[in-house]
Amino acid sequence: MPSMMRRLLQSRGLAQIIALLVILAIDRAVSPQFFDLRMQDGRLFGSLIDVLNRGAPVALLALGMVLVIATRGIDLSVGAVMAIAGAIAASLADAYGLPLALAAALGAGLLCGLWNGFLVAVLGIQPIVATLILMVAGRGVAQLITEGRIVTFTAPDLVWLGNGAVLGVPTPVVVVLGMLVVTGAVVRGSALGLLIEATGGNARASELAGIRTRGMILAVYVWCGLCAALAGVIAAADIMGADANNAGLWLELDAILAVVIGGTSLFGGRFSPVLAMVGALIIQAMNTGILLSGYPPEFNLLVKAAVVLIVLLLQSPRFASAGAVLWRAQQ
Amino acid sequence: MNSKALLAATALVAITLSLPATAAELTVGFSQIGSESGWRAAETSVSKSEAAKRKVTLKIADAQQKQENQIKAIRSFIAQGVDAIFLAPVVSSGWDAVLKGAKEAKIPVVLLDRDIDPSGKELYLTAVTSDSVHEGAVAGEWLAKTVAGKACSVVELQGTVGASVATNRKKGFDSVVAKNANLKVVRSQTGDFTRAKGKEVMESFIKAEGGGKNICAVYAHNDDMMVGAIQAMKEAGLKPGKDVLTVSIDAVPDIFKAIAAGEANATVELTPNMAGPALDAIMAYKAKGTVPPKWIQTESKLYTAADDPQKIYDSKKGLGY
Repeated sequence: MPSMMRRLLQSRGLAQIIALLVILAIDRAVSPQFFDLRMQDGRLFGSLIDVLNRGAPVALLALGMVLVIATRGIDLSVGAVMAIAGAIAASLADAYGLPLALAAALGAGLLCGLWNGFLVAVLGIQPIVATLILMVAGRGVAQLITEGRIVTFTAPDLVWLGNGAVLGVPTPVVVVLGMLVVTGAVVRGSALGLLIEATGGNARASELAGIRTRGMILAVYVWCGLCAALAGVIAAADIMGADANNAGLWLELDAILAVVIGGTSLFGGRFSPVLAMVGALIIQAMNTGILLSGYPPEFNLLVKAAVVLIVLLLQSPRFASAGAVLWRAQQ
Repeated sequence: MNSKALLAATALVAITLSLPATAAELTVGFSQIGSESGWRAAETSVSKSEAAKRKVTLKIADAQQKQENQIKAIRSFIAQGVDAIFLAPVVSSGWDAVLKGAKEAKIPVVLLDRDIDPSGKELYLTAVTSDSVHEGAVAGEWLAKTVAGKACSVVELQGTVGASVATNRKKGFDSVVAKNANLKVVRSQTGDFTRAKGKEVMESFIKAEGGGKNICAVYAHNDDMMVGAIQAMKEAGLKPGKDVLTVSIDAVPDIFKAIAAGEANATVELTPNMAGPALDAIMAYKAKGTVPPKWIQTESKLYTAADDPQKIYDSKKGLGY
């Protein structure tokens, strides 16, 4: 029995799920109606839905970021790519319709990913520096597209992407689930996930073992750019406008945090898209809880930092063994 | 054609060419911050039209949000010997040296929209700015007048934590709330001045206040957050502008669209026309030596559905907001 207990406690993802449940319980404590759900205009309505819906952009970013981080890389440009994609979609939607606007926005994300991948995989520039370039320049590109204004649109099908619902579930949540299934199927349904892990674990050894690490790295940055573009379109659709100055601002940090909370190491190797999603949910559950609590906004960042610290400590093996020693000493 | 005629013709051309230059009596150099927001773009375009109206030649230098670019621009304005310099300072400190240069060259400097540290008080002629505490008070007084003594729970969408505009707009509104026992701010959170955050924060306000039934009015520190909040209210099945009163600040075009649609009630204008009063002050100073007051406060005008919002929307749309 104790060995089964121990195995359960050591199983992957338990720390994250416990953290999420604890945060949801705290949310329920600060806001008694937290789990209330009702239908409103054919759409589920409640704080829990807000957590899923507001968490969607970061969840999408994390889905791309987790693969990049698995190859021992990092992509700082995802927030800027969001701004570019949102600006393109908003500028084209009213005149050319959703298919073209969406294709152009996602195409731009693809190009951004290709650029990052080229710098990292072909030119061998360190990922943090390589993607920093687009992080800075990308927002400028987005501002050029919108001419510094908030570009609004009314195209109903694009608005639906942000505000609509499928069987009562908000569209952004459905999109995230769809992307998660696609990502999971591709990386776990084939050897691709293993190859990515190998590339991140030891690129040189993988290369010698016959893995085309360059192509692998290029592919994960392209995927990351695509996910970021989709997140940008959803963020623009949500407010029916593209705000190049603010869309996706600092979200790259939330995305990295979501991946790290999900237990993926920044040193590459083992990764989990599902747990990165749980990480994104933890961040958003915390944000929504803070907004519901009624604390003065000056505390927002402090509370967030404290919760992140606790979640990361829970995952730390050294912290756990120190805790075990203390517990044994007390016995 | 003999040489005399040629000379006469050349002289005529020279006179015609110099005519616009003599008609424009003044040349003013304007060091603008850069394209940080829609309001800033509107300020630039309004400055151009106000200068044209007064036949003043306005040279605008875009500093791309960098103080060193502004300092360079002012130095070059001094070298060109302009009649006056307008400065929208990107930061409040570090201006003493360059403004002393302008003072030595006897070129008056007018600050637009933002003030600098008190140590530089002697180095500029006047500052044309809005009083953001007053803006908050105007918003609060509209609400107090509209609810007319009825109890009213207000939720507040604050600007970025620590931004002086946000602090001041809160202070002004709170001063009115303190005087009216029927008004009560029940929730206050930051929406970072953006639409997306305004919407997200309003969504949680609605859930925390019984589905929005307990909310009587929303006060937002800027219109963009209010536009987001209006969407959140509509998605929750509330009727903003009717069930829930709205008042915000800035008077950007999109809020007039919402007022015209009956989804918003009032906005307080932060006028993009800072150059107009500044030009008037400079022209009076140059012509008659009239020294303007050290601070020219722009009007914080309140707009509601009674002010033909559609027409204002159309007139503001092209300004670059």
